[in-house]
Amino acid sequence: MIAADRPDRRSRKLLTIDASGNVRDLPCRELASLFSPGDLVVANDAATLPASLPGTHLTSGERIEFRLAGWVSLTDPSRFFALAFGAGDHRTPTEDRAAPPVLSAGDRLALGPLAARIERLVGHPRLVALRFLGSREAILQGMAYHGRPIQYAHVPEPLALWDVWTPIAGEPVAFEPPSAGFVLDWRTLAAWRRRGVRFATLTHAAGISSTGDPALDLRLPFDEPYRIPQVTALAVNQRKLDGGRIIAIGTTVVRALESAAAGDGKVRAGHGLAVGRIGRETRLRIVDAILTGVHQAGDSHFELLEAFVERAALRHISGLAVERGYRTHEFGDFMLVEHKAPSPAAAS
Amino acid sequence: METVSDLTGLSVAITGGTSGLGLALVRRLAAGGARIAFVARSAPAVMRIAKETGAHGIVGDIRSKDDIYAIALQITGALGGLNVLVNNASSLGATPLAPLADTDCEDFEQALVVNVLGAFRLTKALFGALAAAARNGDTALVINISSDASLNAYPGWGAYGASKAALRQMTAIWAEEAMADGVRFVSIDPGDMDTPLHALAVPDADPSTLKRPEHSAGEIVDAIRMASRARPSDVRRQADDCR
Repeated sequence: MIAADRPDRRSRKLLTIDASGNVRDLPCRELASLFSPGDLVVANDAATLPASLPGTHLTSGERIEFRLAGWVSLTDPSRFFALAFGAGDHRTPTEDRAAPPVLSAGDRLALGPLAARIERLVGHPRLVALRFLGSREAILQGMAYHGRPIQYAHVPEPLALWDVWTPIAGEPVAFEPPSAGFVLDWRTLAAWRRRGVRFATLTHAAGISSTGDPALDLRLPFDEPYRIPQVTALAVNQRKLDGGRIIAIGTTVVRALESAAAGDGKVRAGHGLAVGRIGRETRLRIVDAILTGVHQAGDSHFELLEAFVERAALRHISGLAVERGYRTHEFGDFMLVEHKAPSPAAAS
Repeated sequence: METVSDLTGLSVAITGGTSGLGLALVRRLAAGGARIAFVARSAPAVMRIAKETGAHGIVGDIRSKDDIYAIALQITGALGGLNVLVNNASSLGATPLAPLADTDCEDFEQALVVNVLGAFRLTKALFGALAAAARNGDTALVINISSDASLNAYPGWGAYGASKAALRQMTAIWAEEAMADGVRFVSIDPGDMDTPLHALAVPDADPSTLKRPEHSAGEIVDAIRMASRARPSDVRRQADDCR
């Protein structure tokens, strides 16, 4: 069940821009032949929660949708930060959705089989801290069978969990898929292994990408917890000593690694919280290249890419991608951008 | 014989966990200190066994494609990852057993959907979690419950035997493919046990001639233990010994 604008991996494309500004168009399967022995590819292995929960705001009797947007305490499934939407569904672009009813602390909610209570508002009438009532079993079950992945207006067919779990998805802690991970498959990982390209993962609770509210969008990305395994921290730090490159699969990996190296430039293993935005002012200490979706000026992912290349070069690269028919959404095509790549205008 | 404490910290998921071998495994692993999630269709049975053992009970149907990711989500959500998946839920296909020429297509399909497709889908959904455990140097093991009907041509066991043969071959191929990722796959034939499934298949069998499921569960726990500290080739040898 693949929608027309949700190409499977085999038909996806990859635009690569190397450190000399050379641009190449590749089919995704060519990813297996990229990178050099000694390079380390790091990906986010978070699985995605069915974070969209429709139901009723019992105080007003009105229909409401909550989108889980952040953990109050990582992996405690009873408490979340959540964003309220009024009547309607994902086919309406988020910015055009009806406003939810007025929410207050103590309000009761019936979200399918899940009973919940609003604990407090979090600086915005649509952003709340929410507590599910009942046992851990009942909460996970209610979420699993009633919740749906957060949907996108540009994808007409409803997305199921299997659509939003990347091939390497493990622990379900993300609210939207770490979508650059869709570029991976096990065949590619095996090919890298044979060629001496190392692979490691971290688990980063990717948050929501859009709220439909300009004031709230300015607060994105929300603080995101992550966990870096000891083996990953060791591999990253060793590569930095050896002179191998670190390639991040997706913006969440950049956020986690750079956050974990904020102290002395060495990545620390364990739990952390990625706060703030990465952008043109950020000095990258760890990541040498990023493989990500095709982003356009104005979204926060684009801003993050400005840490890798100059804005003018980035605009040029994005323009090239669009010109060459690259698809720009969560289930679209990919680009690989090296740190400090010059504008391809000079090279091409 | 090892003490049971070496199972502490191990996360194990078991399908078909409220009767027969699955139930015996849940009990044995729970007593050994493992963190367990088990799956079965009947909500009252799941609640009863969860209460008795302290394991995380999941109501779900392995036959249903729509349930698989919901089950996988609850397993990894409850356990925070996964070390061992035991695909134990099985369907006989036709009951009472029937010659293939008398077997309804729907019954044959049922055996394939539970015993092969269900195990494939759930394993695929959980493969990321298992590979993550392996990357961290932790145990990552899939145990598929097999049967000698997967090898021997027992009249009347056509649907079941064919499905178990497919499961066995899938296990063998996946073992080869996933070895480099550090995820191990084994088939274990627990033998003819005194279980509800066997009673359905052979209603007039003398229970005293059958293996106790607790005994087979003990052998499987030994295989899990072995996998927690051994090389893949040792695990295969251990699995063969269980046959």
